[in-house]
Amino acid sequence: MVQKLHILVGTRKGVFLVESDARRKSWSLRGPYCEAWPINHVVADPVTGTIYAGGGNEWFGPAVWKSVDRGGSWTHFSEGLAYAPGEQPIKSVWSLAPGNECLYAGVEPAGLFRSDDEGQTWRHISGLQNHPSRPDWQPGGGGLILHSVVPHPHDKSQLWVAISTGGVFHTADGGETWEARNKGTRNDYLPEGQRYPDHGQCVHSLAMAAGMPDRLFQQNHCGMYRSENGGQSWESIEAGLPSTFGFPAAAHPRDPATLYLVPLNGDVLGRYVPGGQTAVWRTRDGGNSWKDLRAGLPQENAFLSVLRQAMATDHLEPAGVYFGTSSGALFASADEGDRWICIAQHLPTITSVETLIVDA
Amino acid sequence: MRSLRHSEKMPIDSSASTPSTVTVILPPALVALFPGSVGQVELTASTVDEMIDALDSRWRGMRDRVCDSTPAIRRHINVFVDGRRATLETRLVPGTDVFILTAMSGG
Repeated sequence: MVQKLHILVGTRKGVFLVESDARRKSWSLRGPYCEAWPINHVVADPVTGTIYAGGGNEWFGPAVWKSVDRGGSWTHFSEGLAYAPGEQPIKSVWSLAPGNECLYAGVEPAGLFRSDDEGQTWRHISGLQNHPSRPDWQPGGGGLILHSVVPHPHDKSQLWVAISTGGVFHTADGGETWEARNKGTRNDYLPEGQRYPDHGQCVHSLAMAAGMPDRLFQQNHCGMYRSENGGQSWESIEAGLPSTFGFPAAAHPRDPATLYLVPLNGDVLGRYVPGGQTAVWRTRDGGNSWKDLRAGLPQENAFLSVLRQAMATDHLEPAGVYFGTSSGALFASADEGDRWICIAQHLPTITSVETLIVDA
Repeated sequence: MRSLRHSEKMPIDSSASTPSTVTVILPPALVALFPGSVGQVELTASTVDEMIDALDSRWRGMRDRVCDSTPAIRRHINVFVDGRRATLETRLVPGTDVFILTAMSGG
């Protein structure tokens, strides 16, 4: 069966679709879609192929856009995507995740919503807001955002979310109650002796290992971590990396020991790739060791950064890896990160990259 | 405080005047979001709040684009009645032209 690969690209000025076949040799680009709204995340339902884009417009507020025809037409929805009257209104949709027979949306200010009708109407999962840590959540550089939603692949009742800055939270009852899961992650911005709090860490992204729901990876503002028990405890895996700071973490589609990162030079030094030399860092052993992948990536005067949702893998063999930069370039590797090419440039700031494979 | 959900609308304020026929002029960026909508429409409403409900009845979801959940007219949307910025409570009289405008935003 001939397969078609869609790279779903969210940007500050709309959605773009970059497409190829399974060989991933030549690429074409379509867009911008969604009326050039600022879009934070574009995902696809892997079963139906429906594409969803979450964002928010300064004039018209938050919405989830939906396309059932691979981007040919789009409709926006936001019914129910609101906090109670009198509370601070939702500014933007930040993260989307197809779950078990539903769609989740993380929003700013941080909260979680669920749609059971393919994005047309939404309901607030208020249990998260009832967590006793809620008064302590503070906005990070991107705002007070719920940016990572990781459903358990088999258990409808389990879900992980990450909030910047609030930390990682887990529910085992479908969202009624939540538990902070940050043990072992560091907050360098607290006084000495208080740097491993129960909550309040600035998580940048959360990724689940393929086929191992209890193995989670976390790129944090202050370090890189792995958990083998669903986030109940975390251990540092930052040894061997050029920096403890970065935003995205993308898991291999089949190998639970392989993960991709783009470390940046630090939070006070400009937040670009170290030395202006672009590298994706890959581990093949769960984070015990790391290798920098540079072939085909800019190695001179490349002061670029990659945002938290702007890296993804595909399910082809060998796996493809993709990342978009804040300066609007999109890079692709068709061999698990060994060699890279630039497949689009001069786009608006890229906020998210995801993949969809469909039968052509 | 009323909810924005269409199915949960509160009754119209009994003190409101008789509904008036008004002309509403919509900004192109809003019209573009609702296929089939038009840039100018005549509606019957006695307040801006009712007028936006009437718009939402014609083009489902338009209320959420114009108002937030406070509820209030969105920060970067301006509704002008008789040349003055209006709120949801602003009364409308027959023959009024109501302009919904996007604010100058960004750089």
